[in-house]
Amino acid sequence: MATLTPDVTAAVDASPAPRGGIWSWITTTDHKKIGILYGVTSIFFFLVGGIEALFIRLQLATPNGEVLSADAYNQLFTMHATTMVFLVVMPLAAAFANYFLPLLIGARDVAFPRMNAFSYWFFLAGGIFLTVSFFVGGAPDGGWFGYAPLSTQVGEMVRMDYWALGLLVLGVASIASSVNFITTVLTMRAPGMTLMRMPVFVWMIFVISFLLLFSLPMVTVGLFQVWTDRNLGTLFFDAAGGGDPVLWQHLFWLFGHPEVYVLILPAMGIVSEVLPTFARKPLFGRSFVIFSGIAIGFMGFGVWAHHMFTSGLGPVAEAAFALTTMFIAVPTGVKIFNWLGTIWGGSLRLATPALFSLGFIFLFVIGGLSGVTHSIVPADSQQHDSYYVVAHFHYVLFGGAIFGIFAGIYYWFPKVTGRMMSERLGMWNFWLMFIGMNLTFAPMHVLGLNGMPRRTYRYAEGLGLDLWNLVATVGSFVLAFGVLVFLINAIRSWRRGPEAGPDPWDGRTLEWTTSSPPPVHNFDEIPVVEHEDDFWHRKYATDEEGYAVRVATDDAAAESTGPPEDLHLPSPSFYPALSGLGVLIALLGVVYVPWGLLATAVGGAIMVWGLFGWSLESLVREEH
Amino acid sequence: MFGTDRHHEGQTRANRARRRGRTRLVALLGSLAVVAAACSDTAIPQNSLDPASPQARDIDELWNLVFWIAVVIFVLVEAALIFAVIRYRKRRRDPERPVKQVHGNTRLEILWTIIPTIILAIVAVPTLATIFELREEPSPDENALEINVIGHQWWWEFEYPEYGFTTAQEMYVPTGRTIYLNLTSADVIHSFWTPRLQGKRDAVPGRVNNLTFLAEEEGEYLGQCAEFCGLAHADMRHVVVAVSPEEFDAWAEKHATPPEIPTEGPAAAGYETFQVVCTACHVIDGAAGTPVDRTVPLEDRTEWAYAPNLSYFGERQKFGGWSFDNDPNHLEAWLADPTLLKPMAPELNDLDDGRILGMPNFGLDDTEIQNLIALLEALR
Repeated sequence: MATLTPDVTAAVDASPAPRGGIWSWITTTDHKKIGILYGVTSIFFFLVGGIEALFIRLQLATPNGEVLSADAYNQLFTMHATTMVFLVVMPLAAAFANYFLPLLIGARDVAFPRMNAFSYWFFLAGGIFLTVSFFVGGAPDGGWFGYAPLSTQVGEMVRMDYWALGLLVLGVASIASSVNFITTVLTMRAPGMTLMRMPVFVWMIFVISFLLLFSLPMVTVGLFQVWTDRNLGTLFFDAAGGGDPVLWQHLFWLFGHPEVYVLILPAMGIVSEVLPTFARKPLFGRSFVIFSGIAIGFMGFGVWAHHMFTSGLGPVAEAAFALTTMFIAVPTGVKIFNWLGTIWGGSLRLATPALFSLGFIFLFVIGGLSGVTHSIVPADSQQHDSYYVVAHFHYVLFGGAIFGIFAGIYYWFPKVTGRMMSERLGMWNFWLMFIGMNLTFAPMHVLGLNGMPRRTYRYAEGLGLDLWNLVATVGSFVLAFGVLVFLINAIRSWRRGPEAGPDPWDGRTLEWTTSSPPPVHNFDEIPVVEHEDDFWHRKYATDEEGYAVRVATDDAAAESTGPPEDLHLPSPSFYPALSGLGVLIALLGVVYVPWGLLATAVGGAIMVWGLFGWSLESLVREEH
Repeated sequence: MFGTDRHHEGQTRANRARRRGRTRLVALLGSLAVVAAACSDTAIPQNSLDPASPQARDIDELWNLVFWIAVVIFVLVEAALIFAVIRYRKRRRDPERPVKQVHGNTRLEILWTIIPTIILAIVAVPTLATIFELREEPSPDENALEINVIGHQWWWEFEYPEYGFTTAQEMYVPTGRTIYLNLTSADVIHSFWTPRLQGKRDAVPGRVNNLTFLAEEEGEYLGQCAEFCGLAHADMRHVVVAVSPEEFDAWAEKHATPPEIPTEGPAAAGYETFQVVCTACHVIDGAAGTPVDRTVPLEDRTEWAYAPNLSYFGERQKFGGWSFDNDPNHLEAWLADPTLLKPMAPELNDLDDGRILGMPNFGLDDTEIQNLIALLEALR
């Protein structure tokens, strides 16, 4: 079992004592602190994106609404989507992956701790960069998908430059994370942890890392082309100049479709950890679940043009993509049966993490079914670009990804903070979100089929769209109230929730073997793994009929023997944060080219200083 | 050890689970009611579930097949979920029950992988058949009427090559005859969608997409642009007006000839104003403005109209992307300041580059406005 051996022989500077305060957060290379940084930042953007959505719903509550101008509306829906996809769901998955991937595989950190920090600071730079646009004349307003030539049409305004450049830098952060996680999984598993013994959540992170690695470059090329069409007079997407607007669609969706699997697989991974724990049974058909995740990883690259069924691809291409899209529903859908099989015959504790996981299943079935109806190309020619699609993806992204993430938050909050969240508030949170979500998005199926297109700042009277729009708006506020309850729960529990102990849920996986929160070095001793769900097997044996029977353990998790003497941990470093600062300044300069080039030069220099400093600093340093 | 039990308050789990089951039943019934309501055609002019053409009907039939299969799967799966949750839940007062550590059941898993695959394969057959059917070009003996649909920001242009004229906002068609649309765009991507008559197809600059439909009955079929195209995307609406073949012939022949321009009164004064202020962008056939060369095939065109052709404006029900009633009040508001009525950005217009983002405010005074209104209403 390979482990990374740092190239040092000198007596090491043991776990750097955290100095506390902001500086320790800025220079951290500890995967757990980085996970918290991702988590808190993403929740902030979740609130921003949510408020944007509430404004949208207020505008659409009545026909010919006058809450927002068309210009404001177009910015808000563009930023709502961009925020939720790139600044919320993806980084929340990264938050959990950062914090828990090493713990789940019995490692002390990821393979490249400073690059890990770099990913976070680049993500933050991208988030700040996109936010700045609101204050300097307007946020991006061309849709999160930026179809050309609309996105390249008005070069003299900078809004869509913020969009293109922001996505570019966010993509860099994700690619760096992907490389990091792939390397960590391949080289840093604890002894005895074969790939098939890895927890399913780790597998899902592994798969999405490949999805991102191979899909991001395609949209990166496209984004560069959008930027040069806007600023340098190129004609990639200009029909009159010989270019092709549909080329953008291909480049975008070649990324965009794998992206949606990036958004959902981590949540599915979380549900695959939570349900077995709360049903007290292993995940039913674990290997199938893992293989279907891998299958989705491959097949996910073969369905992209189902986002383009009305672009005029021609019947042969449409038929081919209809088939591939129908069939990717199979590995996606059978997971539902695996989760059902997990519950079946179990002893299901309906604590909040379990509730959110069950809610995930219920809502994902609906979203998955509406997705399959999209694959029926002629039917899709009515559904596409209508509110039916909005219903579909909110069921899979909110009912799916967000509910799965909330399951993860309630499940892992005790491990991260050492305190339990309130079950009572958790119930309220869940039911308000569940009811609110359905009230908001179920009517949108009807609205779409009744002829309401997407991305419209208002709708006329007399189209029969009034009632369900109003219902959807009411639902969105119920949903918002549920989120508020969550915030209250999280903040109160973090401050004075009851103590959790190392293993509050009688868990199955390795993170529950260490204290809550874990020491900076994660495990006093790297565990030797003999089974999947190794921790469970240390606590329980199975009798001849297959029932779990508690074995006597010497509650090892309760006693911490302290870090081993030869412990080496990554030292803190401020160079990753410095490169993040540099890229932010550089990007702002690029937006305001040509006179902004000065800022680009300065920012670029800072970024290069950061990268060089990082490369050249020693792995082991005096405490400073 | 089981941290959650310490925190449980309130009703017993049994009651809560029962309420959960009931809540879900109510939710299920509620959703079915929603579905039933969606299928009704009262006052939902863009209802794709109320087809008025053979093409829309084919789509609707395919939809029905898939929808009901999905409903059955939904009911079975969700019922299994609810049943499992209720049956296997652990209530706080229940003693700890030993649980069989079942890892899987290969045969079952293979079965539940194969069955959905088969269902999908079955659905694939009519799907593929309908894809190719709807894409067929009309045969010559259908005597299809070709109409060129050109998307602009933010209005639809309808050109009738057989008759040699162009109009906007309202597409008149004869009932019972195949209509073959050639779709393209003068600027960004739009999408032409008239839900009761057909699915949508994108109008993409630089290429020509096609769409076929046949209006079975006389009537008005509303639609709107369905691809985000900028500020006034929501106000880019249209209507397909299906009339009897005789009425259509009369309409088309009239539109193929230039309208009469009044020579007296406010309308005549309006015409003078029109020629000074409006002809940079607008055309009245035979009287004002420079039409584009419509003999160039659509796929080869590089020149596009800047603004709607106003030749028979007086007959139109609505204007401004078919969003505002064609009456003196609305016309007055429009001519006084177009962007107050419809969000546009004419300050970004660049006629040479072909970027037209709306109608500017020409600072017309009241008299000019009233005269123009008189002219426009007289064009019928």
